[in-house]
Amino acid sequence: MGSDSVLTVADYTGEVHPEAVYQALLDHDVFAVHRCDRCGLAHYSPRVLCPHCGSTSLAWDQSDGLGTVYSTSTISPRDGEPYAVVLVDLDDGPRLMSNVVGIAAADVRIGMRVRARIVHRDGGAVAMFEEDRS
Amino acid sequence: MSTRESDLRGAAAIAGVAESDLGEVGPHLSSLDLIGQATARALDDAGLDKAEIDGLFCHSAFFQLPPVAAAEYLGIRPRYSDSTAVGGSTFVGYLRHATAAINAGMCEVALITYGSTQRSAAGGLVSSGTPLTKSYETPFGPRLPVTAYALAAARHMYQFGTTREQLAEVAVAARKWAQLNPVAFERGDLTITDVLASRMVSSPLTVRDCCLVTDGGGAVIVTSAERARSLRRAPVFILGAAEAHWHKDIFQMPDLTVTAAAESGPRAFSLAGLTPADVDVLQLYDAFSINTLLFLEDLGFCKKGEAGSFVQGGAIAPGGRLPVNTSGGGLSYCHPGMFGIFLIIEAVRQLRGECGPRQIADAHVALVHGNGGMLSSQVTALLGDESTV
Repeated sequence: MGSDSVLTVADYTGEVHPEAVYQALLDHDVFAVHRCDRCGLAHYSPRVLCPHCGSTSLAWDQSDGLGTVYSTSTISPRDGEPYAVVLVDLDDGPRLMSNVVGIAAADVRIGMRVRARIVHRDGGAVAMFEEDRS
Repeated sequence: MSTRESDLRGAAAIAGVAESDLGEVGPHLSSLDLIGQATARALDDAGLDKAEIDGLFCHSAFFQLPPVAAAEYLGIRPRYSDSTAVGGSTFVGYLRHATAAINAGMCEVALITYGSTQRSAAGGLVSSGTPLTKSYETPFGPRLPVTAYALAAARHMYQFGTTREQLAEVAVAARKWAQLNPVAFERGDLTITDVLASRMVSSPLTVRDCCLVTDGGGAVIVTSAERARSLRRAPVFILGAAEAHWHKDIFQMPDLTVTAAAESGPRAFSLAGLTPADVDVLQLYDAFSINTLLFLEDLGFCKKGEAGSFVQGGAIAPGGRLPVNTSGGGLSYCHPGMFGIFLIIEAVRQLRGECGPRQIADAHVALVHGNGGMLSSQVTALLGDESTV
């Protein structure tokens, strides 16, 4: 395994603790998906067998983090700013829950192109998304 | 040679049903007390003695080892117990499990029961078990379960042009039915405008698109068709039941506009030898207004994407073309955490003709559809009176 400062998906070849690796990569600013060596499909959340074909031969694949908002719901807390809880369909295949940040929650639209932005906070880094204007 | 499931059509029947006290029972009754109330009333309804119960089907978020705890409380010693836990749909699934157990000779009189004091004891939804696995959702602040259903509603609106007014129509229809049910929790007038103007919980769903938080318990007694015919009430036969689940968390749901009811529904209809056109009254698990739209589509009562327009103009309200959730449903009658057993109770009463001002004329076939988790578990059952077997 590599040093703490520079970590890549290659450092986790053969690693079999999927939740811990996903989190460790995020904590080192790497957004990766778990991909099956046999069927080639990516999945999320990380796990020890491919939910598509059942293979246990899986590898980490660095993702460009691009995706499309599949659905969105705005929550307006009594004591805070409204925020958008979204489902994002990654170009890599899997769908995940996240937040779109950087724009008003009400401006988040289904079909919007987004890109992952890793946000560090207590309890570990998470992959959030911002609008992709490229 | 094993039995084919279709051979079980009408092999078992519901002989007794009852609710406990509902609504807000106060701090001095427990969830087990409500199970006791409902069980005593269901036994009386059936004309059976407690000692005859030899199968117990029970799930609860309020106590551990649910059948063990319920049996101890009731003072019974079942030889068959089932605590399948697939959310609010669980109790509809128990109809199928009880049919199998009774047919296999593993029990003869099955009690299905549930009780919850979530309103009096907790003030909100009490979920089963404390998860010790990592959540890939909670870091992003969803207000579960509402947000999961809101995401489905938003997608349905985007994909099919469904409107908030059409969603509100579901809540208004439920309220109109509740106004005909003396034990319903919310019976005040409710308009589409009221629903739209109420507090937004997780867009596009307002608090009036969401089920109630009440106390309540229920009991359903299932036995063989032969035994049921010898008892006090006209039997309500289990014609076919089917279960399906495709995901647990909402981000894992393949298509948020198609639930596993699209699998459980056709399978249940096939087992019962019926089609949607044969159904006289429907009880659909309306935890949220979007549920009713999704289930009307997935169960074949209208085409995918068309349920919004299907329910408009009071179509599922009293006097409409299709009676749905005649008790007032989870939106206006009661919703003590898991609603599945109450769907069965209302369907049985409709088929027996006991529903007074909300009674559907000539009701012979009822569809009961349970939902569990985050649109996760879907269970469909078709019930019928003596004319259907």
